[in-house]
Amino acid sequence: MKIYGVAILAACYLVGQFIGDWFGRVFETSGNLGGVGFAMILLILLNDYLNKKKLLLPETEQGILFWSSMYIPVIVAMSATQNVKAALTGGWVALIVAITATSVCFLLIPFIAKINRINN
Amino acid sequence: MQNLVNILDKNGLIFAFLVVGGIMYLSFLFGKKVTKNKIPAAAIAISFGLVIAYFGKGEKGIASIPAFSGMALLGGSMLRDFSIVSTAMGASFSEIKKAGLAGVISIVLGIVIAFFVGGVIAYFMGFTDAKSLTTIGAGACTFIVGPVTGAAVGASSEVIAISIAIGVIKSVFVTIATPIIANKIQLNNPHTAMIYGGMLSTTSGVSAGLAATDMKLVPYGALTATFSTGMGCLLCPSILYYIVQQFI
Repeated sequence: MKIYGVAILAACYLVGQFIGDWFGRVFETSGNLGGVGFAMILLILLNDYLNKKKLLLPETEQGILFWSSMYIPVIVAMSATQNVKAALTGGWVALIVAITATSVCFLLIPFIAKINRINN
Repeated sequence: MQNLVNILDKNGLIFAFLVVGGIMYLSFLFGKKVTKNKIPAAAIAISFGLVIAYFGKGEKGIASIPAFSGMALLGGSMLRDFSIVSTAMGASFSEIKKAGLAGVISIVLGIVIAFFVGGVIAYFMGFTDAKSLTTIGAGACTFIVGPVTGAAVGASSEVIAISIAIGVIKSVFVTIATPIIANKIQLNNPHTAMIYGGMLSTTSGVSAGLAATDMKLVPYGALTATFSTGMGCLLCPSILYYIVQQFI
């Protein structure tokens, strides 16, 4: 049943939130430290494990995949509910940060690709 | 008219499905007819969302208009984080092993470099608090890592909007630049495609950029990009935020 997939996803999400919240307390900062990231790692591990044991039925998987196909629409709704008017003054910051940071990453690709070749 | 607004307000989340569905449809249409599928539809749709937010009255964007209140629920942190976690289904540790050490380095370095380059530029452009710098740095990773981080550290809606914009511009820039510089960075084999995905993190930009370069490379880049996005959601609001706090 599809709900099994949704339930697995919900379990990973909640455990991730719990770990993130715990880290937030340990480091004494407000909020949730990396809860989404922890949840993603959990889901990847669980997915690998269930696939190896052939326990993940396609129907179950569909329950998770539905939500992953909803993520862009959810991000669109989130974008539509931000304080864009106030952010307009930061338009230049957005453009410069995006282009510069991305260009630096692009430039490093050939160098990191070389690490692989030396290893092989 | 008042009746209609009442019904839409009462069924806010359902109306939000309809509104976002409409936005997605128009974005795909725009992407197909105007940009000839050269720009990822996701980036167009998110830009569309940001434009719509402009017509709201202040803090909550379009959700400040009663009929559209459900958009805040659909785009709120709970459903957002839930759907983002589900994208991890596109990643697998047994697959990532094929990328080797270089792949792992690219996943971590792609996040750390984008984060600090973004943060340093933001600092020199007048942002001085740790929350804003962290959120803008995270936005330089992807349009997902930005708002996830912003919500986690408690940044303002305005800064979160900037971080989404950075991620969207990055996605479009990656899409356009990839086929142009593919030869220069020897992006013609699965290994380099995996490193490219890890370094650039933005799954939408990486997938669209690789599709325009060589269709066969898309799954390799998308895999490491998905991992990199997860890594960003993990590192930015935790260790990297902690480091920023030490400097500020």
